[in-house]
Amino acid sequence: MVARELTRRYGEGPTAVEALRGVSLEVTPGELVAIMGPSGSGKSTLMHSLAGLDRPTTGTVDIAGTEITSLSDAKLTLLRRKHIGFVFQFFNLLPMLTAEENVLLPETIAGTRPDRAWLDDLLTRTGIADRRSHRPSELSGGQQQRVAIARALVTRPTIVLADEPTGNLDSKTGGEILDLMRASADDFGQTIVMVTHEARAASIADRILFLADGLIVKQLTEATSAEVLDVMATLQS
Amino acid sequence: MIRVALKGLLGRKLRAALTAIAIVLGVAMISGTFVLTDTIKAAFSSVFTQAYKNADAVITGKSAIGNNNNNGNGPGTPSLPGSLLARVQALPQVSLAAGAINDQAQLVGHDGKVISRASPGLAFSHTDVGQHFSPLSLTSGTWPSAPGDVDIDAATATKNGFAVGQEIGVIARGPVERFRIVGTVKFAGVSSLGGATLAIFTLPTAQRLFHKQGRYDEIDVAAKRGVAPAALVSAIRPLLPADGQVRTGQAQAQQATKDTSGFLNIIQDFLLAFGGIALFVGSFVIANTLSITIAQRTRELATLRTLGATRRQVRRSVMLEALVIGTAASVVGLFLGLGLARALNALFVSFGIDLPQTGAVFKGRTIVISLVVGILITMLAALRPALRSTRVPPIAAVREGALLPPSRFARFGLSGGLATIAASVALLLIGLLAGGLSTGIRLLAVGVGALALFGGVAMLAPTLVPPLVGVLGRPSRRLGGAAGGLAQGNAARNPARTASTASALMIGLALVTLVGVLAAGLRSRFEDSVNKVFVADYAITATNNFSPISVASAEAVRRVPGVNVVAGVRAGSARVLGSTTNLTAPEPGASRVISVDWTAGNRQTPERLGARGAFVSKDYADAQHLRVGSSVTIETPSGAVLHQTVIGIANPPKGGSPYGSVAISSATFDAAYPNPQNLYTFIDMQGGVSPANTQALTAALSGFPDAKLQTKAQFTRNQEQGLNSLLNLLYVLLSLSIVVSLFGIVNTLVLTVFERTRELGMLRAVGMSRRQVRRMIRHESVITSLLGAALGIPVGVVLALLVGAAIKYPAFTIPVGTLVVFVVAAIFVGVVAAILPARRAGRLNVLEALQYE
Repeated sequence: MVARELTRRYGEGPTAVEALRGVSLEVTPGELVAIMGPSGSGKSTLMHSLAGLDRPTTGTVDIAGTEITSLSDAKLTLLRRKHIGFVFQFFNLLPMLTAEENVLLPETIAGTRPDRAWLDDLLTRTGIADRRSHRPSELSGGQQQRVAIARALVTRPTIVLADEPTGNLDSKTGGEILDLMRASADDFGQTIVMVTHEARAASIADRILFLADGLIVKQLTEATSAEVLDVMATLQS
Repeated sequence: MIRVALKGLLGRKLRAALTAIAIVLGVAMISGTFVLTDTIKAAFSSVFTQAYKNADAVITGKSAIGNNNNNGNGPGTPSLPGSLLARVQALPQVSLAAGAINDQAQLVGHDGKVISRASPGLAFSHTDVGQHFSPLSLTSGTWPSAPGDVDIDAATATKNGFAVGQEIGVIARGPVERFRIVGTVKFAGVSSLGGATLAIFTLPTAQRLFHKQGRYDEIDVAAKRGVAPAALVSAIRPLLPADGQVRTGQAQAQQATKDTSGFLNIIQDFLLAFGGIALFVGSFVIANTLSITIAQRTRELATLRTLGATRRQVRRSVMLEALVIGTAASVVGLFLGLGLARALNALFVSFGIDLPQTGAVFKGRTIVISLVVGILITMLAALRPALRSTRVPPIAAVREGALLPPSRFARFGLSGGLATIAASVALLLIGLLAGGLSTGIRLLAVGVGALALFGGVAMLAPTLVPPLVGVLGRPSRRLGGAAGGLAQGNAARNPARTASTASALMIGLALVTLVGVLAAGLRSRFEDSVNKVFVADYAITATNNFSPISVASAEAVRRVPGVNVVAGVRAGSARVLGSTTNLTAPEPGASRVISVDWTAGNRQTPERLGARGAFVSKDYADAQHLRVGSSVTIETPSGAVLHQTVIGIANPPKGGSPYGSVAISSATFDAAYPNPQNLYTFIDMQGGVSPANTQALTAALSGFPDAKLQTKAQFTRNQEQGLNSLLNLLYVLLSLSIVVSLFGIVNTLVLTVFERTRELGMLRAVGMSRRQVRRMIRHESVITSLLGAALGIPVGVVLALLVGAAIKYPAFTIPVGTLVVFVVAAIFVGVVAAILPARRAGRLNVLEALQYE
């Protein structure tokens, strides 16, 4: 995935807000990238632009060789089916479907036949194999997020975009989810871009991009939590 | 994807069920109407098939003016000469022929009153030969053989406590006569003849009772073996008098069935209209409920979009949901219709319309129409919510508290609403007032116009909600304290939603207001008329207020001491200037008991009619371009042709007069009608209305249980009974659509409570009691229903004005009392609708509600 010179302006005239002011980045296959930054730094906007949920004012995003910012809604939808998996802060599971049905939802929507062996493997690795016929209301927050991760992985998308995946979990459960994300990248070679404001979350990434005022201001590779916190402290001061 | 949509629906069972009810009731009305009318038609068909099953040919009299009553017992239908029977019997093709009398006679119960007031009392003659053709069979006793014998139907005997051996009163042409019951009979093939009673006499007795000595109403003929019915009919035809006709038994049964089905088709259309209204209201409820559900599922729909669902898939999942709800609701409605058919029948019976019955008839057409209409309406109502659902952007999946984008049409609500209202009023005016268009087109214009008017007001409603809630919520704020104030705020919070909910109720209330206002106008006009026209002391009418009754009752009171004037007004059908008109005939003295204004002529005109005179009403004269001196040709059912000259033009009050359109003298009338009857008889007495006079007149009428003596005030009240019955019938039928809108309010409130779970938890946490929560919901409900009244009642009044203008309605009366009742009814609807949602809101667990996400 490649993004070039993304800008995003909200509103017009003197009250306009520039959320992104020229962000370029490239994610190589199998890489786990974290995007960090204080509130209002533009990291959510960047994420939405990369996912095709929001159109940048200028700039381009290529996913699997397709430039997505100019795609129609219908083409974008089909691209999302094939190439993008989502993990949300609030899980966004469908309450009336079982865990397994939720995991299979992208296949159901696309009308493709699920690969049972892959599904079983996935459910086992994400640790929800014995919970597959439970409904979300019968699962803990951590379990729900595991279901959501399995759902994002099930179609083996080109890229998984995770939006504050630990934002709604306690620290122990959050840690387990981060381990799972790391394992997904290591074991399946899954490319993942994760937006977070937690130093611990960022520390599992291969590469960390720091965003401030709509610009990438710093980049670290394989940093520890302490290093991340240092950078954050300087950004906020 | 289909499974996902269906599972979603299963996960919202209560909501789906509440949505479905809106359609169930309308479909039940449609299916019930078909079942009821099909059943009655089948019963009539069975009655007539039985009646003529053994007759190869049936000879009856032929009404000269074409409104054929094929049972031969219509008051104006000519009878057949007795000699015809012998000549028919002499034909070589004939194996058996029997003459019979078919007429009408009322039976009198133990209480001295007529048993069947709304349904006909049928009278037949019995002969041994005729029994071959008769659909009647004995259930007890014997057939009548002596002049004083009568058989009655077993149902009447059981219901009214009569048994073989007892005496029973019979009213035929003259005063009541006593007969001895010698047997009871039943009619083959049907379980009930409606409320009709049967009386069977010997042939000579029947001929005497109905003044048809030596004559027959019907001759039934059986052919010799090998003679086709058609050949028999051809052989008989040359023998017939000018006023006779012959048909094969089968054709006769079909003709008779066809004559009754015309009337049943009117009932059917009438009832279907109410089913249609209920479905129309239901479509508002469905559209609103689906809109709310979709707004609440914004997050979920957006998630589906991020997972790769296309707009089309989202739209289809909503439409699929509607299809499932519509199908389930229509199937339930279809079968509920079977029960509703019985309820409708009971309703009609209670309003005096009693029709024969057989086992319920459930035709394929009923199933197809009920299902197609129910499903189609649901799908149409779902179209807009489905389109809105596709506008949920995928990004809503990651935004907390994402809201559905406002409808693209919302900002056109005000101008669009006003434009629609203007167009609808134009359509209504065209439909109601424009001449020169066919009735079909005009009705279509009125129907579409009315629908558009409701639609336009509904579009306008969101703009009106905030100011109206400000006013209508005042009582809630005063009575309900903090809860009332919050309720007012909640009602105005989502104007589109409140408006849509109230609009459903608006339709029902607008229609009852229309009916109520028109009825009030009719009533006041009628009362004005009676006050002006009724200058007598007493009047005599039939006990049911509308049937013509024997002239003999008027003769009976003539002999009462102190009577100054007794003047009856005859009434009968006639063809006047080529179209069937109600002909009346005042007796001498009418000018002293009936007062009308005269455009030409004077008060004495009714006394000077003589053999060749006639007077007409001003409206009729204007329509037919008649002047004094114009000649008028009148044909009576018996075939008499009268050539009369107009000698006066009456200008009766708008509420009508006893004279109708065309009047001739009673002597001329009596010569042309074999069985003249009075619609009204007016009496002027020395001393006016007094207990002694009342007693004397009542005593004189003791032989006429079908006659009712009344003063002016009683007369007014009695004559208004028919109007009141009709009014109540309309109210009951319209209440169906109000019930549908009630469920709409329940729906909205249940969904709202669900949506505000967190907020309700917060309110409870800061100290709101359960009672206060319930009160808050109740007040919101009442404000919504009052909003329905505030929109519906003015719309109803406007519709009444338009309809009033169409029927040249001078007396436009706003029945304030009735409208207050409607407002109270609306409040009641609001209170009832709030019961379930308020209970759910009150039961919320504070802690869980706060954690609810």
